[in-house]
Amino acid sequence: MSLDKPYLDVPGTIIFDAEQSRKGYHLNQFCMSLMKAENRKRFKADERAYLDEWPMTEEQKQGVLTRDLNRCMKAGGNIYFLAKIGATDGLSFQQMAGSMTGMTEEEYRNMMIGGGRSVEGNRYIGEDGDAQAQNQPQGSANKKVQK
Amino acid sequence: MARITASVYTSHVPAIGAALDLGKDKEPYWVPLFKGYEYSKQWMKDNKPDVIFLVYNDHATAFSLDMIPTFAIGTAAEYQPADEGYGARPVPKVVGHPELASHIAQSVIQQDFDLTIVNKMDVDHGLTVPLSLMCGQPPADQFEWPCPVIPFAVNVVQYPVPSGQRCFNLGQAIRKAVESYDEDLNVHIWGTGGMSHQLQGPRAGLINAEWDNAFLDKLIADPKAAAAIPHIDYVREAGSEGIELVMWLIARGAMGDVAGRADGVNLKHRFFHVPASNTAVGHLILENK
Repeated sequence: MSLDKPYLDVPGTIIFDAEQSRKGYHLNQFCMSLMKAENRKRFKADERAYLDEWPMTEEQKQGVLTRDLNRCMKAGGNIYFLAKIGATDGLSFQQMAGSMTGMTEEEYRNMMIGGGRSVEGNRYIGEDGDAQAQNQPQGSANKKVQK
Repeated sequence: MARITASVYTSHVPAIGAALDLGKDKEPYWVPLFKGYEYSKQWMKDNKPDVIFLVYNDHATAFSLDMIPTFAIGTAAEYQPADEGYGARPVPKVVGHPELASHIAQSVIQQDFDLTIVNKMDVDHGLTVPLSLMCGQPPADQFEWPCPVIPFAVNVVQYPVPSGQRCFNLGQAIRKAVESYDEDLNVHIWGTGGMSHQLQGPRAGLINAEWDNAFLDKLIADPKAAAAIPHIDYVREAGSEGIELVMWLIARGAMGDVAGRADGVNLKHRFFHVPASNTAVGHLILENK
């Protein structure tokens, strides 16, 4: 008998459940290791070599190397763990959260000052809110990178 | 006899701690937020508790994926503010109350709640930001929090987190436990975290002020209805991290009206503000009638 997972139809969201946690164990524990200053230093000196010390999948390692937090989340990462990578890079939580939307830092910050993202159209997959798959990426962060 | 006289509810956004620690609290972005806690700081001075029972969640700080306790009570003599990756917050160490904490652990476990007992851990922003908001930054010549604190950590990181109903029932068990402690102690219970926020994915930045305010209304006047809110409603309406609000139900369940002693509670203070970083900030002070 399968488990009831009513959260699978929430758009733009990955709930860190037991299945994700199992998948992401080594990725998240790698993140925990960055809470020690000497590990942050070693990671920064040679990211690939440091990651290779962990039994992570190549997909997880690529997610970390490219700082693609959405990719890390899909591979079992949890945001509170992934935040240690952002802290190592000197990023705020707002910068990290914003990076997952495709918005620039300024665009995301302005959205928050304006009252945040509306829940309208973003409750169920299949509606037409700004967090829905068909409306990605939001903002112009990726456009700037390509310039 | 020890007794719970009041409950406090507040968000525990890390950026609030950073704003205070870096002296940014007078910047226009932060002024309205801190204004909402001016009453609270005075109230804390006028109603100083002997002990704070502080319900919060650890954010992958003391608990990694090696161990994930659903409910963990701190019975240590003291706790250090954690280095969460930016260096530890420059706030005082947290002094515990091992005797009352151990008493509560024993009593609550005998009421069928399986607590994890923790004698060694660091505490993160989930615990220290509410203290900063309610007590202000302690001066250098008296660098301490106003009273001992019992940390009570709830897993809201890995799904499934405990249900609102279970949290509400646990609050009632904690009240009974406190009242079976012989020493005369004035105890406050705090519920922290929330309100609406989502820190992940393309839906990051979700805020639902209407839902948040309806939750505050319910928590004050009809806590049984608030306790009945299922997980999925928090996730869908208040964002994936909005689920932290179940912790507020532990504090609410410990109030006297829930035990049938009074008709409701006295609402001393209510505040709501958007945004603090990614989050809607909510705050209540409730006293027993």
